[in-house]
Amino acid sequence: MPKIKLPTKSPHIDMTPMVDLFSVVLIFLMLTTTMRQPEPANVDTPFSISETKMDDFNSMTFLLAPDGKVFMNFDNGPDTLLAYRPKILAEMGKRYGIEFTPAELRNFQEQMSSMGVPIMQMKEWLNTTDNNLRTSLQTGIPMDSTDNQLANWILCARQVNPNIKASIKGDTKTKFEVVEKVLDILQDKNVNRFNLITNLEEAKINLEEIQQ
Amino acid sequence: MAEIIVEEKGKGGKRKAKKHAPHIDMTPMVDLMCLLIVFFMLVGAMTKSKVMEIILPERIKDPAKQEAPRISASRTLNILLGPDGKVYTYPGSVKPEEYSAVPPILPPLTETDMSAEGIRKILVERNRTLAKRLAEFDQQVLSGKIPISQDSARATKSKMKNDDDTGPIVLIKAYKNANYGNFVDILDEMNICGIARYTFVKIAWYETLMIEKAAGIAPTVTASAK
Repeated sequence: MPKIKLPTKSPHIDMTPMVDLFSVVLIFLMLTTTMRQPEPANVDTPFSISETKMDDFNSMTFLLAPDGKVFMNFDNGPDTLLAYRPKILAEMGKRYGIEFTPAELRNFQEQMSSMGVPIMQMKEWLNTTDNNLRTSLQTGIPMDSTDNQLANWILCARQVNPNIKASIKGDTKTKFEVVEKVLDILQDKNVNRFNLITNLEEAKINLEEIQQ
Repeated sequence: MAEIIVEEKGKGGKRKAKKHAPHIDMTPMVDLMCLLIVFFMLVGAMTKSKVMEIILPERIKDPAKQEAPRISASRTLNILLGPDGKVYTYPGSVKPEEYSAVPPILPPLTETDMSAEGIRKILVERNRTLAKRLAEFDQQVLSGKIPISQDSARATKSKMKNDDDTGPIVLIKAYKNANYGNFVDILDEMNICGIARYTFVKIAWYETLMIEKAAGIAPTVTASAK
């Protein structure tokens, strides 16, 4: 008996709709991800079991580098029109008698990474394009009792954005003295709630262990 | 594999060259897109960092009007974070006449570490009643015996912690050579063991002395340096 001959056509699959769908998903993901800004100091956060996600907005972050430098970061608020960052800088400038030009303020708004520049060098830092000079100016925010700029940044940030929340991002090896100093300043300014930024780690105690 | 479908119109012998539809192989493009999508999804999921909330008691600004809250010494457990990740504990408190004596009479410290066998065992031991209730509740929620939303489960647990009056009151104190990692670790231990009441306080001079004695460091403080 002769075999039934199937039409010899290669099994074509039309991939065009799949490509369409993929491009839509890809474009969506590309637009929604915000790339992480490079931080001025390398920080390995400690691990904890906490699963609470960090808020996207209304936060001021203190970056505590292992060498004891303190950096700060603010966000622009849930709406870009709010532009908290330049307002905070302008407020800070007022306290120290420095007037920032609109170009400098815009520069500060667009720069989303943490900064650790003393306010006196802020103008120079904002105007230079030399990357080496920019890094060398990041000496950490001064927080001695004579010139406590960190406390003033906190005050200005809370004045501009009353809903701001403090988060602390420290390296595992940061000395506790530095952390204690920052906590002290925050408590002095009546900030008693903080978020400590950590990495997630699983840990459980089981019932039998308790019952023994 | 992939092709763009072209309508075939059999018009005559002259257009025979057009019989082959122009194939564009889209497979590499699909591969590439797949990779990019996976990349962006992972980046999006990983950038979100996790936070641990800590609430410190309000600073007492006017000691004449406000008084520090009094807590019972029998429930107090002091945890001292020492250098090199060492952890020391001692129960109760040191009375003023004990630490101001010359030489100061100081309670012995128990040395442990951050591991599950160390400090966690001590904490669970002292917090048995509450830890058991919390763990049982967790298990019932997980097994579906209590149908409850995540938010109300959290609220129930914090109420259980609030109502508890047998667990320890933990005072965390850090020696100056401790690091931030130890601090987060110990706060994490509090969450794991379900300690209801804990706070972070500044280390007293005599406690610094106790750590230095236990760790074999030359004493850096004296009674006058308080």
